[in-house]
Amino acid sequence: MAIVSTNSNISRYGRPVLAWGVALLFFFPIFWMVLTSFKTDADAVKPEFLIWFTPTLDNYLNLTENYDYWRFATNSVITSVCATLFTLVVGIPAAYAMAFNPSRATKDILMWMLSTKMLPAAAVLYPMIFLAKGIGLYDTHVLVITVVSLINLPIAIWMLFTYFKEIPKDIIEAGKMDGVSTWGEVKEILIPLAWGGIASTALLIFIFCWNEAYWTVRLTTIDAATLSKLIEGNRAPEGLFFGRLSAVSTAAVGPIVVLGWFCQKQLVQGLTFGAVK
Amino acid sequence: MGRIVLNNVTKSFGETQVIPPLDLTIEDGEFAVFVGPSGCGKSTLLRMIAGLEELTSGQIEIDGEDVTQVPPSKRGLAMVFQSYALYPHMTVRKNIAFPLRMEGMDQSEIDKKVEAAAKSLNLTDYLDRKPAALSGGQRQRVAIGRAIVRNPSAFLFDEPLSNLDAALRVGMRLEISEMHESMKTTMIYVTHDQVEAMTMADKIVVLQAGVIEQVGTPLELYHTPRNVFVAGFIGSPKMNIFSGSEAKKLGAYTAGIRPEHIDIDLSGGTWKGTVGVAEHLGSDTFVHVHDTGLGDLVTVRIAGDVAVKHGDTIYLTPQMDKIHKFDEQGLRV
Repeated sequence: MAIVSTNSNISRYGRPVLAWGVALLFFFPIFWMVLTSFKTDADAVKPEFLIWFTPTLDNYLNLTENYDYWRFATNSVITSVCATLFTLVVGIPAAYAMAFNPSRATKDILMWMLSTKMLPAAAVLYPMIFLAKGIGLYDTHVLVITVVSLINLPIAIWMLFTYFKEIPKDIIEAGKMDGVSTWGEVKEILIPLAWGGIASTALLIFIFCWNEAYWTVRLTTIDAATLSKLIEGNRAPEGLFFGRLSAVSTAAVGPIVVLGWFCQKQLVQGLTFGAVK
Repeated sequence: MGRIVLNNVTKSFGETQVIPPLDLTIEDGEFAVFVGPSGCGKSTLLRMIAGLEELTSGQIEIDGEDVTQVPPSKRGLAMVFQSYALYPHMTVRKNIAFPLRMEGMDQSEIDKKVEAAAKSLNLTDYLDRKPAALSGGQRQRVAIGRAIVRNPSAFLFDEPLSNLDAALRVGMRLEISEMHESMKTTMIYVTHDQVEAMTMADKIVVLQAGVIEQVGTPLELYHTPRNVFVAGFIGSPKMNIFSGSEAKKLGAYTAGIRPEHIDIDLSGGTWKGTVGVAEHLGSDTFVHVHDTGLGDLVTVRIAGDVAVKHGDTIYLTPQMDKIHKFDEQGLRV
């Protein structure tokens, strides 16, 4: 009996404590970043002001006044929205074709697409930069949107493919008998039925695009630079100003955290896709 | 009109040929049933007629016109799927209206047709519901409604009743038969259930491994099965089929006798056996008899109730004029 009750005590109290512990551990850097963004650069490095300090908005005011935050933010929005749309416009027809009209090569093509994600980005960094400069697209929206879309396209197609696979083939065939065109099939049947899946794919891709740093930092200077570049720019030249850096970072991740918060349901569905069936 | 002709049609998936060259004609207004065990190619054949499956070779004609390369919706056929295949995001009204909307028909015309179809199928009260809020039988009706409004030259049914429970199945079977009586439109119906085939068909096409074993009316198949396979497949309970010395005595390599064509007696008869199980249905009694010397278990169907039980010794006498004889190739003699 004693053992049973100890066990149940552990599972009753131990697991939540463990879960909260892990959650706080993961959350701490973000919490610290947000907190630091309200400190002066001097306070930020002093341990005694870790929790108790006099808050200031200077870092944020500085952000908009001296660092042109809104231009970077606008670029981030343009890049993420356009790249997500482009990914869906290419991804939906591709996933549709592979889900409902598979050929013998379909499986190989899917694997090949996934394999591109295994390629180290650094391996193609210089060719990409030379190519971009050579064709005169360096530091343009077109380049950033294209690159960010293409690196996320395999994931989008895989996710959409999995969702489309769950739609019974009979329904698509009934559509064929009822006289829908291929575009009609996509518009009238596929998109309404896979709406949840498409939404969560779009959301996830949007987040990936927003957070993309490797390429956006290296393929832009000013004109097409996104918030990732702003963070990067605040790190290097002037040494470490934690207060300012934290404000930049908070302002960069803020929008996406808010978006994620409102779309939790779709996100969870998206992240666990294929887990049950 | 809806006369469907299959000329030398074949189908292969990769290396495997599932339908060897096959010819078949379904006359206008006929109720044809494709029946056979699962995997015999009956659904594939139907899907080829529908245009959902490409032919490997051969030709399909509808009303004299070659439709082999014509897309499904342009063949003038309507199909009812086993899974109903309703559009789950649309209401019943929109489901039924869908093919008409795709044709680009006038909205007022669509409404009129949908209302009429719903009325004939008792769906008027459910027009604004989504399929998820309907029972299996109602869903099946919606699927039929979606087929009817198109006014097709032929209906194709792919095992439409197999997802329904037994009682509903009998009801829907009658409804489909009545629909055929009143519309006189060609119907092709695929099933693995020989009772459905027997009760509904004008013409039954028995298939096995993609090959047509026999084509005929239900009673032709019942009375004169062309071979052992058809003899065993058509009829319920199954025909008793036996070979060996008992068959030889009757002048055949293989012989068969239907359960309803055997008389029983407690004192004497042709074959002596022991009762295994007696199934009392009230209207009939199915007696399964062991150790008759015929090899397998012999089933006897007696009208009404008979007082036999497990372990009883009984004598069986076949009605000699009802015996089916087959040669070494399994063909009817």
